[in-house]
Amino acid sequence: MDNKYQVSVSPHVRDSITTQKIMLMVIGALMPACIFGVVNFGLHALLILIITPAAAVASEYIYEKLMHKKNTVGDLSACLTGLLLAMNMPPEISWWIPVLGAIFAIIVVKQLYGGLGQNFMNPALGARCFLLIAFSDRMTTYYPTNGFINTLWNVEGTTDALSGATPLAYLKLGQHFDLKALFLGNVGGVIGETSALLLLAGGLFLVCKKIIEIRIPAVYLGSFAVLTLVTSVVRGYNDPLIFTLEELCAGGLMLGAWFMATDYVTSPVTEKAQYIYALLLGILTWVFRLIGISSEGVSYAIIFMNCLVPLIENYTKPPAFGISPEKKSAGKEEKS
Amino acid sequence: MRLKKDTPVERIWNGIYIENPVFCLILGMCPTLATTTSALNGVGMGVSTMIILMLAEFIISLIRGIIPDRMRMPAYIVVIASFVTIVDFLMEGFTPALYDSLGIYIPLIVVNCIIMGRAEAYAGKMKPVSALFDGLGMGLGFTIALFLLGSVREIIGAGTWFGIKVTPASYVPVNIFVLAPGAFLVLGFLVAVMNKLKIGAGRRPGVDPTQGNMCGDCANCMKLGMCGGKTECIAAEATGKEEV
Repeated sequence: MDNKYQVSVSPHVRDSITTQKIMLMVIGALMPACIFGVVNFGLHALLILIITPAAAVASEYIYEKLMHKKNTVGDLSACLTGLLLAMNMPPEISWWIPVLGAIFAIIVVKQLYGGLGQNFMNPALGARCFLLIAFSDRMTTYYPTNGFINTLWNVEGTTDALSGATPLAYLKLGQHFDLKALFLGNVGGVIGETSALLLLAGGLFLVCKKIIEIRIPAVYLGSFAVLTLVTSVVRGYNDPLIFTLEELCAGGLMLGAWFMATDYVTSPVTEKAQYIYALLLGILTWVFRLIGISSEGVSYAIIFMNCLVPLIENYTKPPAFGISPEKKSAGKEEKS
Repeated sequence: MRLKKDTPVERIWNGIYIENPVFCLILGMCPTLATTTSALNGVGMGVSTMIILMLAEFIISLIRGIIPDRMRMPAYIVVIASFVTIVDFLMEGFTPALYDSLGIYIPLIVVNCIIMGRAEAYAGKMKPVSALFDGLGMGLGFTIALFLLGSVREIIGAGTWFGIKVTPASYVPVNIFVLAPGAFLVLGFLVAVMNKLKIGAGRRPGVDPTQGNMCGDCANCMKLGMCGGKTECIAAEATGKEEV
C-alpha cells in the first residue's frame, strides 16, 4: 500500500536531469580549454589538472566520512570545483599549492557551510583568492607558452613579448596586445583561461544544452565591454574597439563569465536579480581592471558579488502568486 | 564540575573556560583579530588588558556604592581610562618595541567591550575581591585566547614562534594567516574546537544561559526563556530585585 502513494512536497514535475549530468556537461564544456592548456603549457599543466580535482574529491570523501554525512562524491561537483581551481593555476606552480587550494575549497568554503547548495561563494574562486593572498609571488609568476601553437598557426611576435608579463599587464598601460593570439589562446596566463575561443565555445555549448542561461555572461561581458570602450575612448587609446576586444579576451574574464559567475549555488535565482548581479559584475570588473591598481579583477569581482547575492535577491523577491504588488505595499504601510 | 559561585577559583575558571571572553562571549573582537599577528603581540595585548581589567574592576567595585546609577557609564570610563593611561605610559617607557607594534590598540583598551561589559555586569554589583578575581579570570581567558590565536597565526603564517624559527627550512609560510583573513579563519576554527570540547564535557556550546548572565540586563535578555529567571542569574542575585 505504502509504495502506491508517494507523498512529497512540490515540485512534483521531475526531469531526468541530475546534478551529476549537469556537472558532467560543464566538465565536458571545459575540456577543450583544458586540453589546449596542456598543449600550450606542457605536461606539468596536465599534472596540475589531474591532481587538483583528485585532491578535491578526496577531501570531500574524507570529510563526509569523518562527519558521518551522506557521500556526495558521485555528483561530481567536487571534481568540477577541483578542475576550475586547476584551470586557475599558473602552469609552473608547485603541485602542493593547488592541492592545498582544493582542500581549502572543499572543506572551508563548501563543506563547513553545509555542502553543495549551501556555500555562499564559489569554492574554486574562494580557494584561488586564498592562494593568491597566501602565496602571492608564486601565484603570479607566469611563464611563456612553449611555442607549440606559434609554429602551428604562425602567430608571430608573441613568445618574445611574453617573458614575464601577461597580456593584461600590457593592456593595463593602454598598450595593445595581439588580438589574434589572445582570442586563440597562445598567450601566458593561468592554465585554463588563455583561449577565449574555446571557452566561448564551451559556454555556448552549455547555453545550447540549457545548462546555463545566457543572460548572466551576456550582461556581464556586455556591461564590461561598454564601460571599457568608453574608458578607452576617453583616455584616447589607439583603436578603442580593438582594445575592448582584447580586454574581453584577456585574463580570466571568459572563464569567469561563462563558468564561474553562472554557478547555480552562488548566483541569483530570479531573472531580475540575475540582470542586476551580472551588471554589477561588469562594473566591478571594470573598476578593478581599468580604474584600480591591479590588472586582473575577475575573481575578486565574482566573489564580491557572490556575497551580495542574498541582498540582491531580498530586494527582487517576486510577489507571491495571487498577490498584486500594490496590495503588498499597502499592507506594509499599515504595519508601519 | 560545579564550583561555588563567586569564589576566586570559580571566577578564574569561569573566565578561562566557562565564559571565555573570546571563545564564548565573542567580545573584544577588535583587538583579538587585529593584534594577534604574532604570539608575542597577542600575549602583550592580553596581559595589558588583564592588568587594566583587574584594577578597573576592583576600583569600580569599591566605589559602586557612591556612583549614581544614571552616571555609572561615565564613571566607569573615567576609572578605566585612568588605568589605560598608566599602562600606556608604562609600556611606552619599558617595552617600546611591543608598544610600537600594538600601536593604537593600547589606547583603545578604554573602549574594550570586555572591560565595559564586566564592569557593568559584574564589578558594579559584586564585592571588591570577587570583582578582582573576575578581572583576573577574564583577563587570563583573554590572554590565553590571544596567545593561542597569535601562536597559530605566527607559526603557519610566518614559520616562527615568539620570533624563533620553528619550522623546517623547506616550509613555505602561508602569508595569509598573518593578514586579516587569517585572523577570522583561525578564530573560527578555535571557537569550533572550544565548542567541541564543551560539548564533549557535556556543556552547551558558547554561553550557557543557565550559568548566569553576561550583560546584567535581565529585563531585556533575549535568552530569558532559557534560564527561566532562576536564582542563578547573577544580576537578579546581586541586586536582589525581581528583574526577571
